[in-house]
Amino acid sequence: MANHTIAHDVYVPFLEKKGFLSWILTTDHKRIGILYLVSTSLFFLVAGIIALLMRFELLTPASDFVDPHTYNVLFTLHGSIMVFFFIVPGLAASFGNFLIPLMIGARDVAFPKLNIASYWIYLLGTAILLMALLKPADTGWTFYTPYSATTNTDVVLMTFGVFVLGFSSILTGLNFIVTTHKMRAPGMTWHRLPLFIWASYATSVLQLLATPVVGITLLLLITERTLGVGFFDPAKGGDPILFQNFFWFYSHPAVYIMIIPAMGVISEIIPVFSRKPIFGYKAIAYSSLGIAAISFLVWAHHMFTSGISETAATIFSFLTFLVAIPTAIKVFNWTATLYKGSIHLHSAMLYALGFIFLFTIGGLTGVFLGALAADIHLHDTYFVVAHMHYVMIGGTVMGFFGALHFWYPKWFGKMFNETVAKIAWFFIFVGFNVTFFPQFFLGIQGMPRRYASYPAEFESLMSLSTYGSWILGFGILIMVINLISGLINGPKAPENPYNSLSLEWQIPSPPPHENFEEIPHVTDWSYGYGKKKELEV
Amino acid sequence: MAEAGIDQSHDHHMDPATEYSSSKLGMWLFLGTEILLFGGLFAAYAIFHARYPEMFYEQHLELNRTMGAINTCVLIFSSLTMAMGVSAIKWGKQKTAAILILITIICGLTFGVVKYFEYSAKFSHHIYPDTSIFFSLYFLMTGLHMIHVFIGLGILAVVFVLTLKGKFNAKYNTPIEMGGLYWHLVDLIWIYLFPLLYLIG
Amino acid sequence: MASHSHSDKHEHITSYKTYLIVWAALMVLTVITVYVSYVDFGTMNVVIAMAVASIKAALVALFFMHLKFEDSITWVFALFPLGLLFLLITMTFVDTFTRVVVP
Repeated sequence: MANHTIAHDVYVPFLEKKGFLSWILTTDHKRIGILYLVSTSLFFLVAGIIALLMRFELLTPASDFVDPHTYNVLFTLHGSIMVFFFIVPGLAASFGNFLIPLMIGARDVAFPKLNIASYWIYLLGTAILLMALLKPADTGWTFYTPYSATTNTDVVLMTFGVFVLGFSSILTGLNFIVTTHKMRAPGMTWHRLPLFIWASYATSVLQLLATPVVGITLLLLITERTLGVGFFDPAKGGDPILFQNFFWFYSHPAVYIMIIPAMGVISEIIPVFSRKPIFGYKAIAYSSLGIAAISFLVWAHHMFTSGISETAATIFSFLTFLVAIPTAIKVFNWTATLYKGSIHLHSAMLYALGFIFLFTIGGLTGVFLGALAADIHLHDTYFVVAHMHYVMIGGTVMGFFGALHFWYPKWFGKMFNETVAKIAWFFIFVGFNVTFFPQFFLGIQGMPRRYASYPAEFESLMSLSTYGSWILGFGILIMVINLISGLINGPKAPENPYNSLSLEWQIPSPPPHENFEEIPHVTDWSYGYGKKKELEV
Repeated sequence: MAEAGIDQSHDHHMDPATEYSSSKLGMWLFLGTEILLFGGLFAAYAIFHARYPEMFYEQHLELNRTMGAINTCVLIFSSLTMAMGVSAIKWGKQKTAAILILITIICGLTFGVVKYFEYSAKFSHHIYPDTSIFFSLYFLMTGLHMIHVFIGLGILAVVFVLTLKGKFNAKYNTPIEMGGLYWHLVDLIWIYLFPLLYLIG
Repeated sequence: MASHSHSDKHEHITSYKTYLIVWAALMVLTVITVYVSYVDFGTMNVVIAMAVASIKAALVALFFMHLKFEDSITWVFALFPLGLLFLLITMTFVDTFTRVVVP
């Protein structure tokens, strides 16, 4: 079969074709990535504004901005939108979609039609869940029984929305796994794959296999409310903690769905801006799989104070420490990559470096929480809130912003203002730490989470945290304005502005519809920086 | 692990061999998710059976073992005909394949009819999903299973019509095989449901 | 009917005879499991029932679903969910049944 070559003068960037239908009916993975990117980013900003409202209430001890019930609704909205609309699909579906075929040397994913179907299912799920959340919903994003089985808010609609979203997650994971197995270019062996692909693969396995369990949990909750089934109802012989066991069996791996792609992004950015090969390629690659595997073993560390047995708690506490090992392996290898590298502090690199520092704090504080004795004191306090935001913002969002800045020229064919980007990063970094670092101390001092009002002794740290949220919000605002204005009137992007070696940088910016003129024949990994060996394409 | 030798020159079409093996892997991955979906119910069953062994023994006597056994045999037989149908089309025998798929569908419908009688009998004895934990499990497990039987029948109906239209042959028969895999999963789950619900010793 | 390869990808096509033998085995096992349920083996009843069901399931998977002839990646994704299921059931069991019930 003859390879047909596309002559350069008929290069048509994939963004060329206009019109609503060309977007909503697309099967091009690059466009589907943009659909997810825009949707998840919008929801991120909405949920972020809700967080600002929450923090505004917490400026003063009294519940004077909103009443406690409204506050319950706010944190339910914030958590649900962030978790289900943004952070679980976010990096994986947007950057995964854009990058996976490009990085492995394919023209698209294995099942392009299933890919766009996944997006429609995502939209449907967000519509249903949003309807339920606005009715309003007040169960928190974790909708524990017995409250969720008995409250008057529309839990059935809410859980059904999450169920639909779960389908989208499963199908995307399925698509990416098959793509990675079956569609690598000739010569692209597993050990030549970019580390982002290893990370996406591990994430996809989690999406595929963990999500069905929360699916059945949600169905069971619906039957509790509609058919009077009593699995979680002690009066009927059931056990409310059974709900938590099932819920966290998914939701703990879910947090690794959130972080592993971001780790993959860091593994891509650091070598480029250190001009050095990644240190410990295989260790990083297999640690992604290791984290995914171990993530299935630790779920009940979310339940230490719920009434589980001491035996179970001890086992889960021990297992929780294990996940620190592959995580630490990554941090050591990234740091070793930086060592004696030629560091370029591009904005993407600033986000990557910020990630390493902030995620380390988040991860270490996770170990504190994993220690059973400490967790008895810290559970459901602001310590947990701080920990989770250090890993989710300091980790995932830093990775997300870093990915945005790194692949922006490739994806959109434009350049943003680098100076403004650095300024935005500075406000984000400072603002984030001012917001969340005090919360560790608040938690140790006993301030509970999900409370609208609090004792006066906590006011100084709480208000400091609120001021931090304004700095963080300001930084994000600058970043968003900068990135959007780059799209509108930024200069045209070259093919390879950072002299990167992976396949996506060897084609025009933005890529043509079919990605590659000819499918490349790969002969080496993509981290040969500083060694005068270029990837043969 | 074999690397892909793909000709991707033409839009998103993969070469037939890659498309076939991708579809097969994709279907097995999807079946894995179905196992985990039912898994929650199996886990609930395990917990509650261990907790209330007498309730499970006594209440399961209300179930009709004969009907359960008939359904088991019907499903196993339908798996046989489905598997034979896949081999038939791979030998190019379109008519034989169509007949075998049709028999599979008829078996599936039979299963549904038997279940209808079972459920009706329960309801007429005022036994409902909220009657007890055992019956919750009975209705939810067999109910979710029944939903999957219907989905499977839908898939097989489409596959049957396409087979009649001559869309499949020895070279290309992926949808039949994929529909078959899904159908076998339905059988697999019932193989566990039958003893757990109907044959508590 | 002897099984014979067809397309260039050395595809294995199972014969009707093999399928009928597997089906016969499944029917025998079904009869066994029904019979055993009428005999009181105590707690072993569940164990035997699950063992027999697993043999039946294995036969369906290996032969009807062709798993015997599939590649290692398919095996991994066929077995890994079972492992996860085992994990979910076991650990939930450990939690539920090692709780100290305060009277």
